[in-house]
Amino acid sequence: MTLLAKWNDQSVEEIIGNLLRVGVIVAATIVSAGAAIYLIRHGLEPVNYRAFRGEPNDLRHLRGIIRQTFGLHGRGIIQLGLVFLIATPVARVAFAAFAFAMERDRMYVIFTLIVLSVLMYSLLGV
Amino acid sequence: MNVLEFTLLAGCLSLIAGFLGALTGLGGGVVLVPLLTVLFKVDIRYAIGASLVSVIATSSGAAAAYVKEGFSNIRVGMFLEIATTFGALAGAFLATKTPTAALAIVFGLVLLYSAFLSARPRPLPPANEQPDPLATRLKLNGSFPGDNGIRHYFVRRVPAGFSLMFGAGALSGLLGIGSGAVKVLAMDQAMRIPFKVSTTTSNFMIGVTAAASAGVYLRRGYIDPALAMPVMLGVLAGSLVGSRVLVRAHTRWLRLVFSGVIVVLGIEMIYKGVTGTI
Repeated sequence: MTLLAKWNDQSVEEIIGNLLRVGVIVAATIVSAGAAIYLIRHGLEPVNYRAFRGEPNDLRHLRGIIRQTFGLHGRGIIQLGLVFLIATPVARVAFAAFAFAMERDRMYVIFTLIVLSVLMYSLLGV
Repeated sequence: MNVLEFTLLAGCLSLIAGFLGALTGLGGGVVLVPLLTVLFKVDIRYAIGASLVSVIATSSGAAAAYVKEGFSNIRVGMFLEIATTFGALAGAFLATKTPTAALAIVFGLVLLYSAFLSARPRPLPPANEQPDPLATRLKLNGSFPGDNGIRHYFVRRVPAGFSLMFGAGALSGLLGIGSGAVKVLAMDQAMRIPFKVSTTTSNFMIGVTAAASAGVYLRRGYIDPALAMPVMLGVLAGSLVGSRVLVRAHTRWLRLVFSGVIVVLGIEMIYKGVTGTI
């Protein structure tokens, strides 16, 4: 009973809150590191966002972003941080599914899995 | 302008936007896209991508602080996220098919509407009503720590709230905003959830909703790392500072000023959309 009682909504939300905070800190750190490299290398170049060209293919997919990161390209590292940021709420939903399962709340496990599959569809495009 | 100057300027502006957004409760994302497009002449699709990313950052960053207060309702949030994520997906696909001039006009109208919403007085909390059968079956009713002990509340009009949430998600995916104003409207006004519970639960939902469209934006090449970087870091820092001083600040006149800025930006966006100069 004590094990089940530990999984009440309030404690679950506290864990989720901390999960989100850690995710944001990690993402912001990676983005800042990439920003330093990018600004040192390209800081004095002219800027132009007037015309929309779309990002190069390597900055659109996880595999390309990781390749760019290992090449120590500033923009690739920033993009990796942004992917971390986007993944943070997804991790939050995944954890909520687990927590609802611990509470034996089948209805909410299903609701949470629906949300999770929409997120995965959006991220992976499968 | 070179990259360094642009990054500093966009970062400072995002910092102010995030700070004022947190203080007034209107969110920083809603002014970012117009600021980037009007002041910096950034293409609206890049601006939307950068704004969307910053919305996730503020939502997740503020969540830890909100959670301690024990107001947010995790079941209401998760149930309604079904509607917002499907809406966000629909909005993101619609965004790729919509001409930029039309996007600007819709954006302007949303800005004017959110300024109007924030200026309107809130209705009084409902008297103790009977529980709604659908809300009870979905286990949406909850409680929160009130001034004198735990206060219980009953959620009402679930279908109306659910439909509004789909709309909120679609707007978020289409325009790259958190659309917290519409989310609070759905919970506070339609579903009769206490205001404090509505705002904190809405903050929780904003990040998940934005993540649902951010994936689509990333794969379509709308998220430019060099632009999103100063915007995301600036808004995040600004909103964290803003939510700290929120307790002490007198926000009435600030809300008025910020609403004024939103109205001006809204008119500017509509003008640009109609004249096709965006």
